[in-house]
Amino acid sequence: MSAHIVPVRVYLIIFGALLVLTVVTVAAAGVELGWLNTPVALGIAVSKATLVVLFFMHVKYSTRLVKLTAFAGFFWLAIMITLTLSDYLTRDILAAGK
Amino acid sequence: MSDAVHVEHAGAVGHAHHPALQHHFDDLEQQQRAAMLGMWVFLLTEVLFFGGLFMAYILYRSWYPEAFHEASRHLSVGWGFFNTLVLIASSLTMALAVRAGQTTNRRGQLLFLTLTIVLGAAFLGVKVIEYGDKFAHHLVPGPDFQFTPAELAPAAEIYFSLYFAMTGLHALHMIVGAGIMLVMLYMAWRGRFSTEWYTPLEVSGLYWHFVDIVWIFLFPLLYLIGGLSVFGGGTGH
Amino acid sequence: MHDVRSTVPKGEAFEAEAGLPRTHYLNATHGTAAWLLTKDHKRIGLLYLFAISFFFFLGGLFAMFVRLELLTPEGDLLTSEMYNTSFSMHGIIMVFFFLVPSVPAVFGNFFLPIMIGAKDVAFPKINLLSWYIAMIAGFMMLTTLLMGGVDTGWTFYPPYSTTGSSSNVVLAALSIFVMGFSSILTGLNFIVTVHTMRAPGMTWGRLPLFVWAQYATSLIMVLGTPVLAITLGLVFAERVFHFGIFDPKLGGDPILFQHLFWFYSHPAVYIMVLPGMGVISELVAAFSRKQVFGYSFVAASSLAIALVGFLVWGHHLFTSGQSAYAALVFSFLSFIVAIPSAIKVFNWTATLYRGSISLASPMLYALGFIGLFTIGGLTGLFLAALGLDLHMQDTYFVIAHFHYIMVGGTLLAYLGALHYWWPKITGRLYTEAWAKVAAITVFVGFNLTFFPQFIVGYLGMPRRYHTYVPEFQVLNVLSTAGASILAVGFILPACYLVYSLFRGGVASRNPWGAYGLEWETTSPPPTSNFLVTPIVTRPAYAYTHADVVSPYAGSTQGERDTGTEETQRV
Ligand code: HEM
Ligand SMILES: [Cu+2]
Repeated sequence: MSAHIVPVRVYLIIFGALLVLTVVTVAAAGVELGWLNTPVALGIAVSKATLVVLFFMHVKYSTRLVKLTAFAGFFWLAIMITLTLSDYLTRDILAAGK
Repeated sequence: MSDAVHVEHAGAVGHAHHPALQHHFDDLEQQQRAAMLGMWVFLLTEVLFFGGLFMAYILYRSWYPEAFHEASRHLSVGWGFFNTLVLIASSLTMALAVRAGQTTNRRGQLLFLTLTIVLGAAFLGVKVIEYGDKFAHHLVPGPDFQFTPAELAPAAEIYFSLYFAMTGLHALHMIVGAGIMLVMLYMAWRGRFSTEWYTPLEVSGLYWHFVDIVWIFLFPLLYLIGGLSVFGGGTGH
Repeated sequence: MHDVRSTVPKGEAFEAEAGLPRTHYLNATHGTAAWLLTKDHKRIGLLYLFAISFFFFLGGLFAMFVRLELLTPEGDLLTSEMYNTSFSMHGIIMVFFFLVPSVPAVFGNFFLPIMIGAKDVAFPKINLLSWYIAMIAGFMMLTTLLMGGVDTGWTFYPPYSTTGSSSNVVLAALSIFVMGFSSILTGLNFIVTVHTMRAPGMTWGRLPLFVWAQYATSLIMVLGTPVLAITLGLVFAERVFHFGIFDPKLGGDPILFQHLFWFYSHPAVYIMVLPGMGVISELVAAFSRKQVFGYSFVAASSLAIALVGFLVWGHHLFTSGQSAYAALVFSFLSFIVAIPSAIKVFNWTATLYRGSISLASPMLYALGFIGLFTIGGLTGLFLAALGLDLHMQDTYFVIAHFHYIMVGGTLLAYLGALHYWWPKITGRLYTEAWAKVAAITVFVGFNLTFFPQFIVGYLGMPRRYHTYVPEFQVLNVLSTAGASILAVGFILPACYLVYSLFRGGVASRNPWGAYGLEWETTSPPPTSNFLVTPIVTRPAYAYTHADVVSPYAGSTQGERDTGTEETQRV
């Protein structure tokens, strides 16, 4: 089979990066950043997830189809969240004109 | 029945069937591609399955930031942090187990699969402790739910509904994952995986990593939104 | 119109090329266990056929209660509770246990692998598993029924479903949760099958449009169904574990349920109708002997529907309290979703133009579909217009709208597919004259049932009440009369199709003279679908000659294919 064998070193580097990011996210939660706390936490979570997807799950070395499938999940989730919020975030806008 | 089929293969592949090759595929490569795509599509459904809960989380967190903040302080950041490390480590051992499959390293497969299962069990054990703590402190949604300050209690109950729904579903996935890993361990023990064919190992690995990713999001969203003041056991009130 | 089918007298069955083959998927193995544990996609298709025929019958029974009750303005046949239960169980059973599985699980399972030249779907065991999951869900729903059913409507809106209605909701919600996984697994199987199992030469550009439609449907199943599952899972948790996610007492929002529910359920209306559209493409091509006009547009429109269908769900919330801004956005987007459907209708019509049309029974259904779906789609646009919908929401106009699509569209396509592929599935021919009578009966009965509902809805008769003002009685009586005719139209095929199994003529390989891989193999096909892996060399619907053209080289029994093995690419 046409598998890509990733060197152990790469796995260990990714593991190290994940550990560091975990510590960073906890530390950042201890700092009062106001509204920035959540975006920072989410940003770190997204980076960690991306590392897992690309390296542990081999998407970096996979076919376009697999990349597309992995992406589609988050894209559809984004559709769901965006359009639902298009309701909730605008509840006051036109009501004010009544 | 598969007379014609056999003739084709004999011509095309030129050696005997691999025992793992199923009759409706032409070769192992096609079978592996199908399995991989199948698992990815399955994970796609999982993203949207959890996605419904994340949507609810986003809505209520934006509606009741204060209650979520307060309620989150009843979780133990310490245990959450510990479990995050455990899961990340289990992802590493999982990746190494798949690698051992790729390189026909049976001992490596056995070692890393065992480690993965042990780490998974450790995660679940911590979860049991945490859940027990929530029961003890009346933080489980329902008639017994108690929360101070009282004016935040209804929204805090929503928070804990989400907490149990999300972590419960996640834990369920861990349990299923551990079961799958036991099967993999058995197959590895029988020497089924080699450079030529290790598809089940690889596919189950994808599942395991996905479950890890879900936790990577759950940890900050559930545990860290209340700041860092509470360590150890959720005894915040 | 002449009958295009070539029949072979029964006595000569084994002599002619057209005779029943000696072994085929139906007689390859015997016994109940061989059927219940089968991994053959064709047998699984038949298992589904039996199961959903049963559910169709059951759903129809409840429809009958509803229509009988509505004969008179007063509620004199059923109590209001019984009425509520009747229309709820009708909707739940028809949507989740008939329409969603109908074309994909029966004809998709049977024909998708054959049409792409594969031996089976990618995951035969999972395919069987999905049938069992469906049966478990069905069993749970039957249990719910025996316990008294639910009265929430098919939509399960909270807070009624979570705090009001009887506790039967728990099992019903769980049943649909479970059913969802059957649907997901079918979709997953089809996606992987189309990507990895195509025969050499079966490029994406040569896929039959039925396969394209199944593929697009599968995408919706895989992307939408999990959200339905988790949403009903939360309703379940709310009743059983006292979770409070949709509970207004705690500050939860019932409208969130509606968003999540319709995130699935609007796309799900396309789960129900897209496969039917795929069937119509096959029928229109076969019975006008032409390549489908604008093949690539029809194929792409299936994908477009799968995408855009996810952007419009809010048109079900126009009067639920969603923001005015969101209502505007969803109204606008809903107009866009009509475009790909319209493309299909235009292209079918263009295909008919100057085709050599034969009005065989499947074609009658196809023509019926095109007309009725158009009416259903256009009235959808009425409803998508925000201002108009405020008037028509929750009236019989909505009922008529979606029945024009779900019955006039999907059900007609289902019947068309059944008649078109019956000879291939069973190796037998049914009585064409009866089939025509049935098709016309269905068409007449359908219109008589549902057209009056447009009018009565427009005049303001609300849905989901068991009484109404006397002025509406004439239209309601017409509707009930139509429903009776419709029922006859469904019973007829059951009779002559079953009859054909015993007394029907033997079908040849290709009784319609149609083009497509499924017509190249024997009727019924062998277990492995083809004795030789086909190699495809031409596009779909290459009706270039009047007679049947073999789409691939090396087809007949005994010949072995010596062509080079091309490997397919994903
Ligand atoms: C051409 C595109 C379509 C448009 C623009 C459209 C639009 C609409 C709108 C605006 C409603 C809400 C009406 C109301 O509740 O006041 C509605 C209801 C409905 N539509 Fe459509 N529709 C379309 C196609 C379809 C299709 C293809 C199906 C089914 C296969 C379908 C099935 C339904 C159902 C079941 C409902 C009622 C749901 C309920 O409240 O119980 N529609 N449609
Ligand atoms: Cu809709």
